[in-house]
Order: sequence, then C-alpha cells, then structure tokens
Amino acid sequence: MPWLWALAIGVTGIGAAWALFFSPADWQQGETVRIMYVHVPMAWLAMGGYTGLAILSIMSLIWRHPLADLTARELSPVGAAATALCLATGSLWGKPMWGTWWQWDARMTSVLVLFFLWLGHAALVRAFDDPERGARAGAILALVGFVNVPIVKFSVDWWNTLHQSASVTRMDAPAMHVDMLYPLLTCALGFTLLFATVVLARTRAAVMERRVRALEMARARRLDAAQ
Amino acid sequence: MTRKKRRMWILLLCAIGLGSATALTLTAFQDNLVFFRSPSDIMTGEQRPTPDRAFRLGGLVEAGSVQRDPTVAGQRPVVHFRVTDGANVIPVTYQGVLPDLFREGQGVVTLGKLGVDGVFRASEVLARHDETYMPPEVADALKRAGHWQPDQGPAPAPAIWNTLDPRTQQPTMPGRTGS
Repeated sequence: MPWLWALAIGVTGIGAAWALFFSPADWQQGETVRIMYVHVPMAWLAMGGYTGLAILSIMSLIWRHPLADLTARELSPVGAAATALCLATGSLWGKPMWGTWWQWDARMTSVLVLFFLWLGHAALVRAFDDPERGARAGAILALVGFVNVPIVKFSVDWWNTLHQSASVTRMDAPAMHVDMLYPLLTCALGFTLLFATVVLARTRAAVMERRVRALEMARARRLDAAQ
Repeated sequence: MTRKKRRMWILLLCAIGLGSATALTLTAFQDNLVFFRSPSDIMTGEQRPTPDRAFRLGGLVEAGSVQRDPTVAGQRPVVHFRVTDGANVIPVTYQGVLPDLFREGQGVVTLGKLGVDGVFRASEVLARHDETYMPPEVADALKRAGHWQPDQGPAPAPAIWNTLDPRTQQPTMPGRTGS
C-alpha cells in the first residue's frame, strides 16, 4: 500500500507540474485550457469507474462474491466525488469559454444523471439493515444505470450539443498537440492511480472493520456461553 | 442448469431488454434531443418557426460578417453577424457581452427568435469550441503555411499538426510538396 500511495502521488505530481508549468497555452483559450488537465481525467474516471462498478455488480449478482459487494460499496462515494469534480471544473471552464455555467445539452445532462446514479448507489447500499440485501439492490441499480455510460460517451456524436466531441479517443489522430496530449495522459494516469489507491484503501479498511466486528461478536458469544 | 448459470442468463436477458428499450426510446426522441438547429433546418424545414417562438440557432460565424455598432455609453454593445452551416445563412443581431471564444469561423449557439424580416434576434450567444487544442506557435505555423485560416472554419486534419514542432519543422499537407 505505501508503495502504491507513493506511485500515485508521484505520477499525479509530475503530471500536474507538467500540465500547469511546462505545457503550452492554447492558441485561443489561453491559460484557461489548463482546466482540461483535471476535467478530462475526472470525466474518464467517472465513466471508467462506473464501468468498474457495473463489473463488480455482475460479479456480485452471479457469483455472490462478498469482496465485490464490499468494493462496490466503497467505490461509489469516490466515483461520485470524481463526477462532481468533473461537473464543477466543467462549469468553471464553460463560463469564460462558452459564456455559460450550465446548459441542458445532452452531454451535460447525461453526466449529471451519472452523478445522481453514483449518489443513488452510495445511498442505496447503505439503506438496508441487512448489508447483503443492500448490496443486491445496489448492484441492480448500478447495472440498470450502466445504459447511461454509452449515452454519456456518444452524446456528443449522436446529437448536436454545446460540448465539443472527443479530442483524444477518435478514429483518426488525436486533435490535440502532443505538447498538451502527453501531460494530459500523465495526469490521467496519476489521477487513475490515486482513484484506485483510495478505493483500495477504503476497501481494506472495510474488510478490517468487518473482521473486527466478527471478532467482537465471537467474543460476546463466548462471554455469553461462559456465564 | 446450475444456479450461477441461471442467474447469468437472467442478467443477460435483462441487459438485452433494457438495452433495446433504451435504444428504442432514444431513437423515438431523436428529433427532440437537438440542442440547437442549423440555418438549413430553419430555411428548408417544413415550417419556419413563428416570430414568437424562441429556439436555439447554431452554426459557424461567417467570415467577414461581424459588425459592431458604435458603443453608446451606459448601454450594452450591439453586434451583428451571420450564422452559416455552409449551405444556408441567417443574420443575427445581439445586444450583450460576447464570450471569449467568439470570433469569425467559430461555432456559436444563439438563443432567440426569428423575426418576420428574417433576422434572428438573439438574447444569448454561446461560443462552441471545437475539439482541437494546439499551442499558439503551431496555429501560427499553420496559418503562415496557408493550411488554415481560422475565420474560414475548422482546423485541418490533426495528423498534419499534432506532432509538429514549430521551431524546427514546417507543416506540410499530405500529398503536396512544399507550400
């Protein structure tokens, strides 16, 4: 774990320094373009993390894997935070560039729905007295909500939107100069490592919590039996 | 059939059902999901929007079309421009502050009403950024080499500029020697 933390913080630090100080400004956006180095990785994490949640949910529903339940439970608040950061940075970026904080276009609306799905999952799995029932309900919600992920991704191609279409993941060459693309990819790697490390740390803590609770229960039972 | 297999099949059937239901819904709402309409939608559509109907008009700001009225103290500036999609053009009038990215050749989305005189009176003008990102030196090199005039429209294919080092290289169009 300490190694993973060091690696995640190291890569994010290098990416952030590269993006903020050693990459060029955009020819028309100027320095404002640097918001991209947080906004885009957070958007990728929001969607990639949700795909991970869907995979965990499949594992939970088919194989009844307890670790998948626990990881899903610890993943959703982190995913919600990433999506919230994506929306917040997007809004801050939209005001100076587009001239608006928010518009109900297909991309923005579908990302807002994604945010509510993350929040809904986090709340639902904690809403049951029986954690297993909560995990089952959360898994079903996560899988139903997964239809939104392709909608987020392709909203900018299927409908006309204020948001531009993809710059990096497109069929021909990335529509971004390499001097900006490489720091972006480094930031994305760093934030992804950070995201994974936080989720892993939370899951480890949850496993330990369960173990402590099980030991306490066992001790209480022993005490009961002794009396 | 084991229980795991059965659960897997139930899940797969649910996914197919839900996926096709979503696809059908989205296809049905296709026409209502547009954020803006292009000049061609308005000019060649079955029915022109009535003058009391507000809608969003989107397209590129036509090169050479931006005219700013002389500013009057205490009043917000008035600007006239034309929105084009290559085939059709609609003139727009707007009073207010334009976003930073507004320029000729840039995409815009304007909210307003189309008057009987054919002029679109906008109450809101938003700039639409395209998906290209490049340093100023690269943009300058492309302009110098004659590959791109930003007021005429979008940047050329990324393959000719996204690895370009403007200090040592000249941009070259594929299939063309020199420039």
